[in-house]
Amino acid sequence: MEATVANDEARNTHTGAGQAGSATPRVSIAVDDTRKTRTLHVKAAVDNLSFYYGQHRALKNLTIPIAERQVTALIGPSGCGKSTFLRCFNRMHDLQPDTRYEGSITLHPDNLNLVGAGVDPIEVRMRIGMVFQKPNPFPKSVFENVAYGLRLRGLRNRAALAEEVEKALRGSALWDEVKDRLQDSALALSGGQMQRLCIARALATTPEILLFDEPTSALDPIATAKIEELISTLRDQVTVLIVTHNMQQAARVSDYTAFMYLGELIEFDEAAKIFTNPAKKATEDYITGRYG
Amino acid sequence: MSASSAAAYLTGERLRRGVQRRKVLDKVFVLIGLIVMLSCLAILAILFIDLVRDGAPRFGWDFFTNFASRRAERAGILAAWVGTSLIMLVTATCAVPVGVAAAIYLEEYAPKNWFSAIIEINVTNLAGVPSIVYGLLALGLFVYQFDLGQSIAAAGLTLALLILPIVIVATRESIRSVPNAIREAAYGLGATRWEVTKDHVLPYSTGGILTGMILGLSRAIGETAPIITIGALSFIAFLPQSPIQSEFPFVSFAWLTDPFTAMPIQMFNWVSRPDQAFQANAAAAGAILLGMTLIMNGLAIWIRYRFRKKINW
Repeated sequence: MEATVANDEARNTHTGAGQAGSATPRVSIAVDDTRKTRTLHVKAAVDNLSFYYGQHRALKNLTIPIAERQVTALIGPSGCGKSTFLRCFNRMHDLQPDTRYEGSITLHPDNLNLVGAGVDPIEVRMRIGMVFQKPNPFPKSVFENVAYGLRLRGLRNRAALAEEVEKALRGSALWDEVKDRLQDSALALSGGQMQRLCIARALATTPEILLFDEPTSALDPIATAKIEELISTLRDQVTVLIVTHNMQQAARVSDYTAFMYLGELIEFDEAAKIFTNPAKKATEDYITGRYG
Repeated sequence: MSASSAAAYLTGERLRRGVQRRKVLDKVFVLIGLIVMLSCLAILAILFIDLVRDGAPRFGWDFFTNFASRRAERAGILAAWVGTSLIMLVTATCAVPVGVAAAIYLEEYAPKNWFSAIIEINVTNLAGVPSIVYGLLALGLFVYQFDLGQSIAAAGLTLALLILPIVIVATRESIRSVPNAIREAAYGLGATRWEVTKDHVLPYSTGGILTGMILGLSRAIGETAPIITIGALSFIAFLPQSPIQSEFPFVSFAWLTDPFTAMPIQMFNWVSRPDQAFQANAAAAGAILLGMTLIMNGLAIWIRYRFRKKINW
């Protein structure tokens, strides 16, 4: 965690590029019982967010800072709203009728409210990538899967496409396995490879935040280990938000962890703290396996 | 205790006899299914063989290249098969784009409310409307109101209306079989609704759409009542104008306004003649029409198989 402090200035200059006078804000959170605080750089600030399916209020006044270039895990029992929360970040709920957001998710450095009424969900999805629970490659070639997001962004040049596709596949640790079969159908890959392909597909569009919705729940332990390793390396280039119902996974990959229950945020803190010394009884009961 | 007594009940001779009895029932069902299926196939086969045998003296190149004639042995189906082909062309070019577009709208765009529910119910009901009703509608609308007359265009449009519900229903089924996860993946990358539709939903459901189109056309090819209603001629000794011209602009749509006859009408005409010799012509034309339908259905099965092999979710 010391790195967070040491890299303050470097981070600010990096993300503030091109956005004059809009450095990432910092918030302080209490990190231990001595009430010492630590500063984290906020990529997205969730403020008093509520979400409604029709009349049903699925998320209740969530306020969480999402740390830049760190992995934030969302844990909690089934139905606690963690996936619902994740899907607010790229406005996936807008595809369903009769849904409503309240509050805000402010994306820094340019202070864009992701759930604002006037903000186009397509613009949001151009900036925030997502990897789904079940690997869902398009039934096209490996190359076309990764290139699709780039094509949507207007990239037509073949050489440039090939270069970006290779970069993304290397970034998702898949290049060596598929470099000789880029034109083969993506459906011929194994489950773990498909999921890494989906990560490459999202990475190719250089998202500012990458959302993972239980990315390993359909995979075997070896494929899971590879994905977890990959997520750990991704934090160098992108802010990661991951939903998982596997507590060991959250402990292994995340820097910050939020525990949710019945649509409410129970506790948010550094992962090390949550898993060793949670402040709330409910969190402790959950991570020690008393319910969930 | 109850578990052990159940186990005791299900052992030895009683267990074996119980399993035997259930296996017999299983076989009985297979047998009934086989009988039903084979009798359907047999009826079709007998019909086809009967037609071929009755029409045997007429089969030959001349039958396809001769116009209708007063002498049975010289009468052919040239005008009929050319007419049928052109009508199918008009039907397909009208019904497929409209039907596919309607299905895409209903599946991907339409909000789920009472209005779209009414449209849905109506589309399904339209598939069950008797074809003669379509004929009456077309007579009033296309022939008189739009002044298309008794032309190929009017017949093609009539049959297009008739198969529109079939195309819509088949396309919707096919679109629905594209997993939602694929749509979410594309939306997640920032695609618009139209991009999701044209890059993913449509390409992945092409097999089903083509199948629906061909099944619709095989229904239309045999329809007689609606085109008789709009006033198709049954005795024609000329072809419509050629769509390809030797002079600029090389294509012509004048054939659309030409009078026509079609295979089922030609058959109907021959069957209703008192001269027994024409029965052979009718049988031969029937066998050819049935053959055309079977080929189209076979094509639909082949296309579906090809696309299934390429995309398995």
